[in-house]
Amino acid sequence: MSDFPWLSALVVLPLLGAVALWVLPTGARRHTRAVALGFALAQVALVVAAFSAFDVADAATHQLVETYPWIPALGVSWALGVDGVGLALIAMSVVLVPLVVLAAWREQGSVSGPTDRLRHYLALVLLLEAFIVLVFAARDVFLFYVVFEAMLIPVYFMIGAFGGAQRRYAAVKFLLYSLAGGLVMLVGVIALYLQGPGGPEGFLTENLVGTALDPSVEKWLFLSFFLAFAIKAPMFPVHTWLPDAAQQAPAGTSTLLVGVLDKVGTFGMLTLCLPLFPNASRWAAPVIVVLAVVSVLYGALLAIGQKDMMRLVAYTSVSHFGFIVLGIFAFTSTSIAGSSFYMVNHGLSTGGLFLLVGFLAARRGSQQIGDFGGLQKVVPVMAGLFLVVGLSALSLPGLSTFVSEFLVIVGTFARHPGVAVAATFGVVLAALYVLWLYQRVFTGPVRPELASTPDLGARERWVIGPLVALMLVLGFLPGPALDLVRPPAHVSLEQVGVDDVAPTVSIATAGAEGSDQ
Amino acid sequence: MSGFTVPEIAWGPMVPVMVVLLTAVVGVLVEAFVPAAHRRAVQLTLTLAALAGSIVAIAALWSDTERTGGTDVLGGSLVVDGPTLVLQATIALLALLSTLVVADRVTGGEDAFAPAAAAVPGSDYEELARRRGLRQTEVFPLLLFATGGMMVFPATTDLLTLFVALEVLSLPLYLLSGMARRRRLLSQEASMKYFLLGAFVSAIMLFGIGLLYGYSGSLRFADIAAATATPNGMEGLLVVGALMLLAGLFFKVGAVPFHMWTPDVYQGAPTPVTGFMAACTKVAAFGALLRVVYGMLPGMAWDLDVVLWVVAILTMVVGTVAALVQTDVKRLLAYSSIAHAGFVLTGVVALDDAGLTAVLFYLLAYGAATVGAFGLVSLVREQGPGEDGTTTLLGEATRLPQWAGLGRTHPVVAVTFTLFLLSFAGIPLTAGFVGKFAVFSAAVEGGAWQLALVGVLASAAAAFFYVRIIVLMFFTSPHDAADDAPAGPTPAVGAVASDDVADGGTQAAATGVAVATSAPERATTTVAAGEGLTVVAVAVCAVLTVLLGVAPSPVLDAIASVAVLLP
Repeated sequence: MSDFPWLSALVVLPLLGAVALWVLPTGARRHTRAVALGFALAQVALVVAAFSAFDVADAATHQLVETYPWIPALGVSWALGVDGVGLALIAMSVVLVPLVVLAAWREQGSVSGPTDRLRHYLALVLLLEAFIVLVFAARDVFLFYVVFEAMLIPVYFMIGAFGGAQRRYAAVKFLLYSLAGGLVMLVGVIALYLQGPGGPEGFLTENLVGTALDPSVEKWLFLSFFLAFAIKAPMFPVHTWLPDAAQQAPAGTSTLLVGVLDKVGTFGMLTLCLPLFPNASRWAAPVIVVLAVVSVLYGALLAIGQKDMMRLVAYTSVSHFGFIVLGIFAFTSTSIAGSSFYMVNHGLSTGGLFLLVGFLAARRGSQQIGDFGGLQKVVPVMAGLFLVVGLSALSLPGLSTFVSEFLVIVGTFARHPGVAVAATFGVVLAALYVLWLYQRVFTGPVRPELASTPDLGARERWVIGPLVALMLVLGFLPGPALDLVRPPAHVSLEQVGVDDVAPTVSIATAGAEGSDQ
Repeated sequence: MSGFTVPEIAWGPMVPVMVVLLTAVVGVLVEAFVPAAHRRAVQLTLTLAALAGSIVAIAALWSDTERTGGTDVLGGSLVVDGPTLVLQATIALLALLSTLVVADRVTGGEDAFAPAAAAVPGSDYEELARRRGLRQTEVFPLLLFATGGMMVFPATTDLLTLFVALEVLSLPLYLLSGMARRRRLLSQEASMKYFLLGAFVSAIMLFGIGLLYGYSGSLRFADIAAATATPNGMEGLLVVGALMLLAGLFFKVGAVPFHMWTPDVYQGAPTPVTGFMAACTKVAAFGALLRVVYGMLPGMAWDLDVVLWVVAILTMVVGTVAALVQTDVKRLLAYSSIAHAGFVLTGVVALDDAGLTAVLFYLLAYGAATVGAFGLVSLVREQGPGEDGTTTLLGEATRLPQWAGLGRTHPVVAVTFTLFLLSFAGIPLTAGFVGKFAVFSAAVEGGAWQLALVGVLASAAAAFFYVRIIVLMFFTSPHDAADDAPAGPTPAVGAVASDDVADGGTQAAATGVAVATSAPERATTTVAAGEGLTVVAVAVCAVLTVLLGVAPSPVLDAIASVAVLLP
């Protein structure tokens, strides 16, 4: 079974699902939701099977590798393969998709039965899933770039066609921001290829790593890549598209957009910027670390000030992405492993928040915090789950986000104590925005118009339940997950050419450390 | 001057061109001898057969050319080498697809051309011709003459033949531009403008040719190239002559500052002809430009670089910026075609084999999307009450607000148009992306990374207006658009009422009644079915756009294997 093209299968399956939904005959359209959910769950099964084929002890090397020529004339190959980080992110994304499908069950005018709008929406979700898997698995810079750009189109339609009142503005802003960043990266991609060895496999990442670059050329190339990733991530000061997009998009779209797609930015920094441009990465690190801390604090402060819940969650993500970028560019194995793990946890935590806010908004017909109050007594289950998911956003010990945030801060402290201290204020602010949000929405006197709000139904519990379960499991038993992300962190550090700084605090949860090469 | 020497003519490699030109001559005879009722069928069959035959002939010549590198025909005035064959095949293929769009008729038997082009617009004679159902089937031979000229244009290595080919391809286009069935005055104005400016530029080019002859004593590219290698004190002639020659070519590709005619002509000409012009003329003219720049003026590369750089940057920037504010689909596509000329020029600047392959591929990708896009524009029609009160198709709905909501009423048309727009915008997995990637990488490789940077920034800005159409089609309801639209002669009440009808599916009878009662002068937007010819052409273009985007390898390899210009 080791030769089975797991990753290609993971790309093709959701693609087939999307096509199946689009060509579904009229008679079978009442089964739209079942078909979509079926494909999404089959994908989960497939990812579990792919895990079984993945050798965790060797998580630092790319496994499940496939390489076929695609456009040899341009040096492009269909080259897939994942290390521990890539696989963890794919797994996280694949787990989120069925939950998004479930959450959309009654959206798009389909309270009584599935509508055509819902069918198109779910098809776009599955199409996006195929691109997501592909982007995390790409071992070819051109392939990565192609997917990086192509995935904008389904998201664009998911915001623009299915979102709120200002959706057109938000969709265009999202697309133009991303395209601008992506096209600048295109020049970098081309220039990198021309500097590299060339030939029919000239875009393979492993052929490009180690290319001797002129220092100034390397800096420009690094900047062209980093700008695209910073817009995607999004980092201060190029984050302004995110709150608009998240506010206007349906909750499921925001979940995938912020929880998964934005990871492509940080994932790209980690797997492309560092190994391809090590010298420039070291050159730029001080500025990026400062920008990351600004993101952490600025995002948190703005989150506190928001009146719209979706915007609030979006700004918390700006803050969290600041942590992730900080961990990557602090250049310690602990912080990089923490950032990698953070990417997974943030997907679960933010995804949960977006989906819960979506449920709230669907009940009230509003996302404004001011329209809520006292819901704790009316919908205790929702309130409880909201609190748990919210606490994960502020990294409560026992939840998985704590582990990753702790690793990032500890790892950063070993190299830049002052920066780590400043970033820690982000945690304090996180407590403020989460708890204050909870307080305003769920505590206090019950507002009369909310008195008959229904609690979470079975379907909705199935959406949030798995997320909370995963956060608890990964919070108490982070070992296996850390086994996936630690070895690649050491490799990244080697590639960037910085000596590791061991944190002075020993980490009880540290996994198998000896498996790196 | 010595006596006249009869050139040796290698007939074999001439077959692709001869087939087209001879069939055009036969087409003229058909006009004279075949009864009117059968002319259209005969002409259409002949035209399609000639173009298909030409493609077959090119395929037959392919392997020979790949092996030998090419043949000198007509005593050095024409060269049939790899790039020539690629360009001729591209032109023939795009002309074939354009012919399908040109020939298509909507229900009622109307094609895009005036029943009697010579009739004064609005005259009794015109009305009579319309009632009698006359057709200008001369369109087909004209199309073939233009195509033949275009196929010669990129093959010439001789300034005189270059000029003759230019005239052969231009004159039919001037005529075709003036033959629109609707908005005839606009069409005739476009034709006049195109003709006057074209004649002016021809004169400039001819003067340039004269100067070059004066400098080198020859009309052959190779001789001029040789002459540039040895200074002879008349470099002034060379520089001015070369610039004047280039001005003519820039005019044909629609590069700034010789682009002024493009929007007016593209808008005024019958849409199928616009598609043909936009795609094929550009391919032919860039072919000739490549040969001139690579084959005749490499000795001047140093001086030419400045000109090419300035023109490329201006073309990209002006095309993009001007397109941002357009409110008419055809004008918007015209400005976008100007911007694309700039992108192709970045590949030309590279001045190496990679640049050659890139330009050839880009032209194919751009041509396919262009023919397809204009084909769709020709199908999106206004619908309103005819003279007897029933609903009939009117002219094309080219104002942007009229496209609002098309994604809901006609999803297939909107999705296909979106595909072409994404290809224009250079989004990955479409042919346009591979083309852009190829020209920009050629430019970077040729040391012109600044050009590539301007190119990608222009692409980002260009994405805005392509996306605007997508927003309009998918995310806007006709109501919003009607509100946004600049104040027209239409009362708002009528707009809302008739748009409601369009929303609720277009039952012909219901529409007729509703429109007739609520808003007599208001036209709604619909998609004409046609006879299916346009649909076939658009489908082929769409498939090409996707295939060249997803699996461009075979085509890229084929082009690269023959991408060597013979002197």
